[in-house]
Amino acid sequence: MAAVQETVERVRSLDVDQYKYGFVTDIESEKAPKGLSEDTVRYISAKKNEPEWMLEWRLDAYRRWLTMQEPTWARVSYPKIDFQDYYYYSQPKAKPKSLDEIDPEILATYDKLGIPLREREALLGIESTAPRIAVDAVFDSVSVATTFKAELAKAGVIFCSISEAIREHPDLVKQYLGSVVPVSDNFYATLNTAVFSDGSFVYIPKGVRCPMELSTYFRINERNTGQFERTLIIADEGAYVSYLEGCTAPQRDENQLHAAVVELVALKDAEIKYSTVQNWYPGDKDGKGGIYNFVTKRGDCRGDNSKISWTQVETGSAITWKYPSCILRGDGSQGEFYSIAISNGYQQVDSGTKMIHLGKNTSSRIISKGIAAGRSENTYRGQVTAHRKASNARNFTNCDSLLIGDKCGAHTVPYIEAKTASAVFEHEATTSKISEDQMFYCLQRGLSSEEAVALIVNGFVKDVLQQLPMEFAVEAQKLISVSLEGSVG
Amino acid sequence: MALLEINNLHASIDDKEILKGLSLKVNAGEVHAIMGPNGSGKSTLSYVLAGKPDYEVTEGSATLDGQDLLELEADARAAAGLFLAFQYPIEIPGVATMTFLRTALNSQRKARGEDELSTPDFLRLVKEKAGHLGISQEMLRRGVNVGFSGGEKKRNEILQMALLQPKVAILDETDSGLDIDALKIVSEGVNALRSKDRAMVVITHYQRLLDHIVPDVVHVMHKGRIVRSGGKELALELEASGYAAYGQDAA
Repeated sequence: MAAVQETVERVRSLDVDQYKYGFVTDIESEKAPKGLSEDTVRYISAKKNEPEWMLEWRLDAYRRWLTMQEPTWARVSYPKIDFQDYYYYSQPKAKPKSLDEIDPEILATYDKLGIPLREREALLGIESTAPRIAVDAVFDSVSVATTFKAELAKAGVIFCSISEAIREHPDLVKQYLGSVVPVSDNFYATLNTAVFSDGSFVYIPKGVRCPMELSTYFRINERNTGQFERTLIIADEGAYVSYLEGCTAPQRDENQLHAAVVELVALKDAEIKYSTVQNWYPGDKDGKGGIYNFVTKRGDCRGDNSKISWTQVETGSAITWKYPSCILRGDGSQGEFYSIAISNGYQQVDSGTKMIHLGKNTSSRIISKGIAAGRSENTYRGQVTAHRKASNARNFTNCDSLLIGDKCGAHTVPYIEAKTASAVFEHEATTSKISEDQMFYCLQRGLSSEEAVALIVNGFVKDVLQQLPMEFAVEAQKLISVSLEGSVG
Repeated sequence: MALLEINNLHASIDDKEILKGLSLKVNAGEVHAIMGPNGSGKSTLSYVLAGKPDYEVTEGSATLDGQDLLELEADARAAAGLFLAFQYPIEIPGVATMTFLRTALNSQRKARGEDELSTPDFLRLVKEKAGHLGISQEMLRRGVNVGFSGGEKKRNEILQMALLQPKVAILDETDSGLDIDALKIVSEGVNALRSKDRAMVVITHYQRLLDHIVPDVVHVMHKGRIVRSGGKELALELEASGYAAYGQDAA
């Protein structure tokens, strides 16, 4: 008779996995031979008509990668990955030259995902009430479309696939690529450097405020495919850009691999706002399948008074290993990290940030909200350090964990190190549970179990949701409810 | 048939029987008080009727307007018109009271197949009801019961009752933790909701509350059963003699 008891029964009979993006698109694709070798690296580089220097860079990374060990310090466990069992490159067979030539199947996929690729309609005013967002769509290994290019070009903004940038803007790429995340930074970043297939490139010139939100949408479609995207965003002096990233994948029994590298560079007085809604396939109710998400994201506040802000809503992936970080190099620079990480079923999340204070009067702020349900494990891991020259460095960290049910775990692992006496670091952490009493109170007022959980969780993550651009916040709020469906118990 | 009708109700928690054959009939328009010593099962009765998990009904029945309450989920009981004013209202951080009120009201309306209330209509309604209870707009923006004083929490319970307009309201120790001024405001709020279509059950340990909310019938509960019923004078008698008479006997 008891409401929660019955919900528990229902959850048992119900597929935890409510993943609605799990469809597969049936298109012909061209893949590199399975496995990883120098030949694979050469194949990818040749496919992209890359200049020699790029190939050399990749090969150097590949050779270093061979000498490296997979990191094991994160609180995640999974069977050893056989890196020879993946395809490292897959592209839709017919490579489009313009938006009109994109395979209708791919367009349909993005339509289903709610991503507008047909800018013509937007330009004609058909969706004139919707906010205009320039989109770069990456399908498996290849960027298939970038919208609003012409309009952005007028403002001097470069927004294109990284492959195109390597060919068209080699000077900028040479100057900045690998300057934030070095070739041998870590196992997965090095792997990415060797085999990255595509991703987005953004350059905002001096003093320009990017006239619209930029967005990249990543979709893994092919079976056994690794997606290794590489994103590089440069905001020149006094520039501003807000960038959004979304991710989905079909439901597969096997674990697909995703190892991205994102580098942000903010020069003097520049500001970059980077928002992610990560919704890779998390695996089924028994923990089978799902994406392994090993991502290196780092921003360099290179100039004085620059600012980089990361906001992430992490709901997908079987395993998340991700620490979007800020190097506060310029004097007076600011770093921010706002995170909502939700885990359900058998998901494992080890995520957090690093704030490296190097410049004087630098400040950083970390707000992390972890929500664990089902049998998931959710870890916040964060590092805040102040160099001895980083006088008056300031950090405020607040990380809260919320547990739903009694079979999940939440962990907080902060590392704090100050080498200057003038640094002021604050750390607050709480762990709480959605209590039976809170549930009963809500139900007594007429809310259903699902409504009650969604309401309580939304209250818990409110501070972070406020940081997201409006249209993303609404999507994120819905996603939170969906991810937690059937989690009460 | 009475609006709230309970027959021979047995209920236990962790295999310990608390309600041992309780029967009670409350007609529309009536206010009944249930008094009794600590541990007599008063709060258990309110939880069992509202459908709190962990309580198991082993025998008996309870109906609201003829509808079997015991087979419904807690939220369906609320939608059917049962309201419980909590002795210790629960905090929900980060959820604005206003949002909570609106979600609750619309959930119930939806469950009953009614349209959701529009934002302006809802705001007008809340403003009116909150005004009577001396609840400020600022309080409505705060997290549900977070940082509320004891009096504010109880007023917030009555505000919810006023918004949700239940058929049967159970008030569990609504006077606990209130000073005399707060008690007056809360009692006035409750009295304003007395109506010929509504039944109320006021659970209290002390006579004090019943000076302000004057009951039609007073019951004495002991060891999981109603052991005596009478008019409002029974409360005064209990106030004078205490619960000593219910110490050892009536097992």
